[in-house]
Amino acid sequence: MLFNDKAKFFGIVMGVTLASLVITQQGSIFTGIMTRTFGTITDMSYPDIWVMDRKVQFIDDVKPLADTALFEVRGIEGVASAVPLYKGMIRARMDNGTFQNCNLYGLDDSSLIGGPGMMVEGRLEDLRRAESVIVDLEGATGRLAKPGPTPDSPRVPLKVGDTLELNDHRAVVVGISKGSRTFQSQPNIYTTYSRAITFAPRERKLLSFIFVKAKPGEDLYALCERITKRTGLAAYTSDQFKMLTVSYFLKYTGIPINFGIAVSLGFLVGTLITGFMFYSFTIDNLKYLGTLKAMGVGDGKLMAMIMLQALTVGFIGFGLGVGIASFFGTSMRETQLAFRITWQLVFAAGGAVVVICMLAAMLSVRKVIALEPAIVFKG
Amino acid sequence: MSALATAVSATAPEGNTRPIAVRCRQVTKNYGTGNATVRALRGVDLDVFEGELLMMVGPSGCGKTTLISVIAGVLDRDEGDCQVFGRDFSALAGSERTRFRGQTIGFVFQSFNLIPTLTIAENVSVPLLLNGVGRSAALKKAKEMLAVVGLGDRVNETPNRLSGGQQQRVAISRALVHDPKLIVCDEPTSALDHETGHRVMELLRGVAMSGNRSLIVVTHDNRIFEFADRIAHMDDGVVDKVVGSAKELYGPNMAAK
Repeated sequence: MLFNDKAKFFGIVMGVTLASLVITQQGSIFTGIMTRTFGTITDMSYPDIWVMDRKVQFIDDVKPLADTALFEVRGIEGVASAVPLYKGMIRARMDNGTFQNCNLYGLDDSSLIGGPGMMVEGRLEDLRRAESVIVDLEGATGRLAKPGPTPDSPRVPLKVGDTLELNDHRAVVVGISKGSRTFQSQPNIYTTYSRAITFAPRERKLLSFIFVKAKPGEDLYALCERITKRTGLAAYTSDQFKMLTVSYFLKYTGIPINFGIAVSLGFLVGTLITGFMFYSFTIDNLKYLGTLKAMGVGDGKLMAMIMLQALTVGFIGFGLGVGIASFFGTSMRETQLAFRITWQLVFAAGGAVVVICMLAAMLSVRKVIALEPAIVFKG
Repeated sequence: MSALATAVSATAPEGNTRPIAVRCRQVTKNYGTGNATVRALRGVDLDVFEGELLMMVGPSGCGKTTLISVIAGVLDRDEGDCQVFGRDFSALAGSERTRFRGQTIGFVFQSFNLIPTLTIAENVSVPLLLNGVGRSAALKKAKEMLAVVGLGDRVNETPNRLSGGQQQRVAISRALVHDPKLIVCDEPTSALDHETGHRVMELLRGVAMSGNRSLIVVTHDNRIFEFADRIAHMDDGVVDKVVGSAKELYGPNMAAK
C-alpha cells in the first residue's frame, strides 16, 4: 500500500535516510576523532607494553620519568627489551621568522624503535646522520612548508636536505614520513633520543615513555602488573593505553556530548518525520485496512503488514543514508576531516533505524488495533 | 404503535418455510454516553432468508449501516439477539469471529475498497488466501471469477485503470470468490450511473444469488428496487415495514421518492 503513495513513501524514506545519514556521518566523525586520539599509539606498533608515569591520562599527557627507570624495567623478568621514547613539544623557527610548535619524538638511538612506519622519502636509518630529522608529510606540506619567493606565490613543501631551526638547534631533514593523523594538528618530527634531548628545553627528567618488548609466550597483563609492582610506574598494553586515551577524551572533553546531541537530534528528527508520515499513511489507508479486517484479516496479520512496510522503507532509507555517509567520507578522505566508518557503527545505525521504524509503526499499530471494521461501511 | 409492535412485521411472513439466514431480535445499539448518546438501533427485529435478496432502505441516519454492521459481525450490538446461520457473532471469541466472518460473509462496498497496489486478480484472491487457499490456486480461482463478471482479459491490471462499474464488478468477484453464504452490500450502485448500476445489480442478482446465497443490500437508489425480493424500510432505529415491492412501500408514485 505504502509504495502506491509516492509522496508519503518518499517522505518516509527521506526521514529514515536523514536519520541514518546523520547518525552514520556524525558517528563516523566521532569515531574518526577518537581514533586520532590514539593515532600515535597505533603507529608505534613495536612495543607490547608502554611504561609511563602513573599520572599519565592519555598519550599526549607526558609526565617525564627519570632515566634510571629504563634500567629498572630492563631488569624485570619477562622483559625481552626496553627502549626509551622522548615525546615533547618543540618550537621550529620558520624561514620567515615565525614559529611553529611541533611534536618531537626521540627514538632509541640504536634500534630506532617507534619511528614512522611508512617513509615517503629517505630512510629511517638516515636518522643516524648528524643533525638529522624526519618530518611527517602533513607537516612538510602544511605548517612547516616554506613561504614562496613572492608573497602571492604558494608555499613550498619542506623536502629532504632542507634545514630547520629547532629550539635554536640546526636540524637537517633526511626523510619525509607518513603516519596516521593524530588529535593534535602540529607537525611530527622524529629524531634520535640523544638528539631529541639536546633539542628539547632543558629539564631534569626527559624520558617520556619506555617501550617494552615481552619475551615470547609471556602473559602481557601479568608482565604489566609485575612492572607496576616493581617500579611504581604504570604499564599498559597498546590496547589498554588506547582505551585509557579514549576514556580520557570521553570523560574530560565535550566531544561525546556534542556528537551525542547531533546523533540524538538525527534520531529524534528521523523518528518524528518517519512516525508522522507513517501515521498519516496509515490514516489514509484505514479504509483498506478496515476492509481487510472486515474480510477476516486478524490484528496480528495487519500488524505484520505494517511492520513489514515500515522495515522495508527503513531498509531503503538506511541503505541510502549509509551510502551517502560513505560517499561523503570517501570524498573527504584527503582532507583534515576525521571520518572513520566501522561495521559496528553501521550496525548501530541499522539498529537505530529499526527502532525508528518500530516506533513509527507502533503509532500506526495502535490505530489499527483499535480500528472498528465497521468503518468500511462509513463511505 | 410501539417500536416492538411495528418491528414484528419484519420477521417471517406467514407461510414462509425457507430457512433463515439472519435472525435479529430486539437488537439495540447506542453510540456515545450520557447526554450525547445516540440510539442508532432501538430494538430491531428482522429475518433474512436463504436465497433472498433483501434491500434495506430508509432515510439517512435511520440505522441501516449500523444494522448491517451488526449483522456482518463487524460491530457489537448492545442488547438483543442476532444470529447468522445459527451462530451469534457476539458469542464468538475474537479470532473465531474473524474466521467465521471471513468464511461466511462477502462484502461489497460503496467505494469498492479495492487495494490499489494489487492487481484485480490479487484483490479478488485475498478472501481465498485468508481462508487458507494456496497462492497459485487462489489466483487461478480469482481469474475464473473475474471471467464470470466479464473482466477475464484485465486480470493483471490495477484497480485505478478500471471504470467505476468495472471496479464494482471486481468487488463483487471478491465478495463471491470464497463462496460465502451471505453477501452484504453497502450502497453498491451509489457511485455508479444508472445504466452501470443496473448492470451491477443484474450481475449481483444473477451471479450472487446462485447457490442459494442471501444478499442484504443497503441502498438509497430507488431505481434498483425492482431487483429486491423484499424491501425492509427502516426509520429511527427500527425496521418499520417489510414489503415485497417498492410500490407497496411508496405507493404507485414511487419515482418521486
